[in-house]
Amino acid sequence: MRKEDGNNYSVNAEKKEKMNIKIGVLALQGAFREHIKAFQKAGAEAVEIKFPGDINEIDGLVVPGGESTTISKLIDKYEFKKYLDEIYLCGKPMYGTCAGMILFAREVVNENFGLGYIDIAVERNSYGRQIDSFHEMIELSFDRSKKFEAIFIRAPRITSTGPEVDILAKINDNIILARQKNILVSSFHPELQDDLRIHDYFLNMVLHK
Amino acid sequence: MEKGTIKVKTGLAEMLKGGVIMDVTTVEQAKIAEEAGAVSVMALERIPADIRAAGGVARMTDPEIIIKIMNAVTIPVMAKCRIGHFTEAQILESIGIDYIDESEVLTPADEKYHVNKWDFKVPFVCGATNLAEALRRIGEGAAMIRTKGEPGTGNVVEAVRHMRAIKDDVRRVAAMPKEEMMTVSKEFGAPYELIMYVRENGKLPVVNFSAGGIATPADAAMIMQLGADGIFVGSGIFKSENPLKMAKAIVDATTHFNNPELLAKVSRGLGSPMSGLEISKIPKEELLAQRGW
Repeated sequence: MRKEDGNNYSVNAEKKEKMNIKIGVLALQGAFREHIKAFQKAGAEAVEIKFPGDINEIDGLVVPGGESTTISKLIDKYEFKKYLDEIYLCGKPMYGTCAGMILFAREVVNENFGLGYIDIAVERNSYGRQIDSFHEMIELSFDRSKKFEAIFIRAPRITSTGPEVDILAKINDNIILARQKNILVSSFHPELQDDLRIHDYFLNMVLHK
Repeated sequence: MEKGTIKVKTGLAEMLKGGVIMDVTTVEQAKIAEEAGAVSVMALERIPADIRAAGGVARMTDPEIIIKIMNAVTIPVMAKCRIGHFTEAQILESIGIDYIDESEVLTPADEKYHVNKWDFKVPFVCGATNLAEALRRIGEGAAMIRTKGEPGTGNVVEAVRHMRAIKDDVRRVAAMPKEEMMTVSKEFGAPYELIMYVRENGKLPVVNFSAGGIATPADAAMIMQLGADGIFVGSGIFKSENPLKMAKAIVDATTHFNNPELLAKVSRGLGSPMSGLEISKIPKEELLAQRGW
């Protein structure tokens, strides 16, 4: 009885702490509104980032899925690189889904973008064209209580990872969710469904950084 | 592992949001579009303004042209089939196209039935002029909607009319009591479940882009402010004086649609946009938006 009360207390305390977190979502193109809704449902505040701004305003940043070519061109055009680098260098957690993962990678096969925030190499559209887009129930290493539905849209593939990268989910031999210190990446789209566990995981990265 | 489901079909449309899909007819144009920041290109033999001028029967583009464009860019490639022409759709699916537009820009192949889009693994986008039409297409399996506008005119008035019509209908349905939904379904000629979805969620069940007549950054930003999820630009780019500059400006305007200062900046010195057509001067039988039902 007591223990339960204790748990409830800590859950509530964590909820309260999450209410004070503010996540910025890069809102140049793609599924940024879905990420904002997901973080709001998970109890945090989330805002659109349309121009490089004051990094003190946010506790963590998400680069959403979308068309990676378009997003990277807009990042160049609106001079976001310095802003993103500052967030990275001061150790604020960053999460890249799909196109965002491509942008955070150390190396992008046959292309010359990749901000180098996480020691992975990725290949764009590596699972094939749209006709090969798929979804599958996967297991999350940090919560095996039930499976998680992962939706892959013209997804990039992680082709290699460095020694400091933690693997959080795989399908067969393919790494699909990975983390290195304060950087989280997924090749799929948790924002397209209602299961908030990955958004919650990211908020915990912010809380316990 | 499941492929070709409605989740992955609508998923790609979600990723295109806030972006510009550009009509292209050559590899060179496709590369310009990609360079400008298009989220996707529509591979065509002729752009709508030229289809309108040429008259005759407009059909699916030669797969040779489409495949060359698919090989030239890394962004997703779409192509059009005629309304109801399921065999053109089968051909497009077999070459691995990323999205099929069952489009009124081409001459309809069937005046009564649209393609049963549930038969396909590739997703479809369809045109609509109001909520009822949009929900009929979604009922047939469309994973994305675009308002029709009046293609090839460079005149945004019809795109505005159709976007406002859909938004008005959605607001109306969302405010109605539940017991009226079956009557709405009867009047709309659209599935009851989809009408219930609109009522509960206050929006279409799929992404809704705007098309048909967008010719300037200001047009693009206006239609985004009216609630479009993204835009299609057909003739507006490659019929303008400086396509790369116009394409980039329209991408900027779509991203920053709520920012008049930035819109003013990107609208400067673009050269002349495509020359437009007054809708009332077009003979009624030549209006494309009335194709399909």
